[in-house]
Amino acid sequence: MSEPLLRVANLRKVFPGQGTADDLVAVDGVSFDLQQGESVAIVGESGSGKTTTARIIAGLETATDGEVLLDGKTVAGRGIGLLRAGRDIQMVFQDPFGSLDPRQRVGAAIEELLAVRFRQPKAERRARVAELLEQVGLDEQHAGEYPRSLSGGQRQRVAIARALALQPRLLILDEAVAALDVSVQAQVLNLLIDLREQLDISYLFVSHDLAVVRQISDRCLVMNEGVVVEAGTTADILDHPGQPYTQQLLAAVPRPGWVPSRRAATA
Amino acid sequence: MSLEQLTRLPLLAGRLVRPRRRGHADPVLIGCGLICAGLLALALIGPVLTPYPLDQTDILNASQGPSAEHLLGTDSLGRDLLSRLLAGARPSITAPAVIVLASTTLGVIVAVFAAWRGGRVDRVISRMLDVMFTVPGLLVAVIAAAILGTGFWVPVAALTVTYMPYIARIVHSAAIRECRLPYVEACQLAGLSSWRICTRHILRNIAPLAVAQATLAFAWALMDFGAISFLGLGLQPPAAEWGSMVNEGRADLLTGAIWESMTAGVLIVLAAVSFNILGERLAARIGDGS
Repeated sequence: MSEPLLRVANLRKVFPGQGTADDLVAVDGVSFDLQQGESVAIVGESGSGKTTTARIIAGLETATDGEVLLDGKTVAGRGIGLLRAGRDIQMVFQDPFGSLDPRQRVGAAIEELLAVRFRQPKAERRARVAELLEQVGLDEQHAGEYPRSLSGGQRQRVAIARALALQPRLLILDEAVAALDVSVQAQVLNLLIDLREQLDISYLFVSHDLAVVRQISDRCLVMNEGVVVEAGTTADILDHPGQPYTQQLLAAVPRPGWVPSRRAATA
Repeated sequence: MSLEQLTRLPLLAGRLVRPRRRGHADPVLIGCGLICAGLLALALIGPVLTPYPLDQTDILNASQGPSAEHLLGTDSLGRDLLSRLLAGARPSITAPAVIVLASTTLGVIVAVFAAWRGGRVDRVISRMLDVMFTVPGLLVAVIAAAILGTGFWVPVAALTVTYMPYIARIVHSAAIRECRLPYVEACQLAGLSSWRICTRHILRNIAPLAVAQATLAFAWALMDFGAISFLGLGLQPPAAEWGSMVNEGRADLLTGAIWESMTAGVLIVLAAVSFNILGERLAARIGDGS
């Protein structure tokens, strides 16, 4: 196998306890590789350390130990400062209402990045904004609008367009569709699937929603209490879970005829 | 009453309680805004509109009420009150304007810097602001005047320093909230500099709040500067200033010549109330998110 795009080696994050509280080990020895063009999902409950892992890779959080290599270059890890990956790693956040500046028009928000990072002349920037908006399924006229007049799904599309504007190699999607309605979720997921085909971009998809993970990812890691308990192709793991924790996660997904396991035990 | 009518009641009640929806004109806000704008204009052009020279005394016509020659009467030295009020508008309005501009600028810089850096820097700055907060502005201004002398700039500088923590504290909590929003992290990830994020994004989002607080502070600064002038620690005679005019007219009050104290006093109250209401309404509107 060729050199992976992203190599995460033995990543560990400890949040020091406040006062008499114990230290919290959020991420404990997480390792995995991600190939160019691949989509890998990290699944787990809240508090499993999946978001912390993603934030360390993005450079928004320091690691206590371990290493993150992008193309063989260390971008995060022990003793490495924040935000070292440059524009190669971008992230789409969960909250579509907080992830855009409320006082900046959509077009200006994208243009700002182009102006700062690529120093393109204005006409080129305008054309690129229109192209990006079209790419994420929005109209050119949305460029003149403020985030408050957009729906949650539209805002998330803008957030994706902003991330893509910088032509990252890896896009981290942190619960990026969790706050959206189910029908809108499907649209945004389809968009992400299309974009990956067009742009040969890699995804690291963080989610608690197994149905979403099945659609978007080639491989997945199941995390619990900071540890990767199971890893493999998504289809394999979701259809034939090997670990009890993964089985529990799958059993907790509501479906027709589903009875919560706690009630089923007492019935 | 039918069920249908009953279910409509809360709707009707809601309409009675809130007659205006968001975005509709608020007559009080507009009225106060116009008065404030008028006062600012007065500070600008008042001194050139004076019908008489400021220090032209006419002892034979001292302490007169309104007449055709002196529209608002004369003071105890026979000087034209309208002229003195018009001329007094400039220092009386300029002083709080300078205080508010300077203290808001300083306060916003300190607040955004502390909120952005966070951690120990933030804690140290916040404690320092808390300490400064406990010192009353008038006291500092009086002491400063005693040490550095009276005039326009000493009380203005003293009040600027004491108003700064007030602005900083309110802007600081808004800035902290702003810094925690995910768009700030998105901007950092995109490689925007701290300077750019603070000035182009955080500042722009807290600016309406800062403006509203500055307007409120204007009312207090106007009263505080008036009080300092009243005490004789501001501008010195023969310069005209509303606060000192209230004081100068005080002796005449007993003889029934109420015009000097009253007209200057009314202007101070009018200005303070208008700016206060304007500031509060603006702050409330921002709270609505409109």
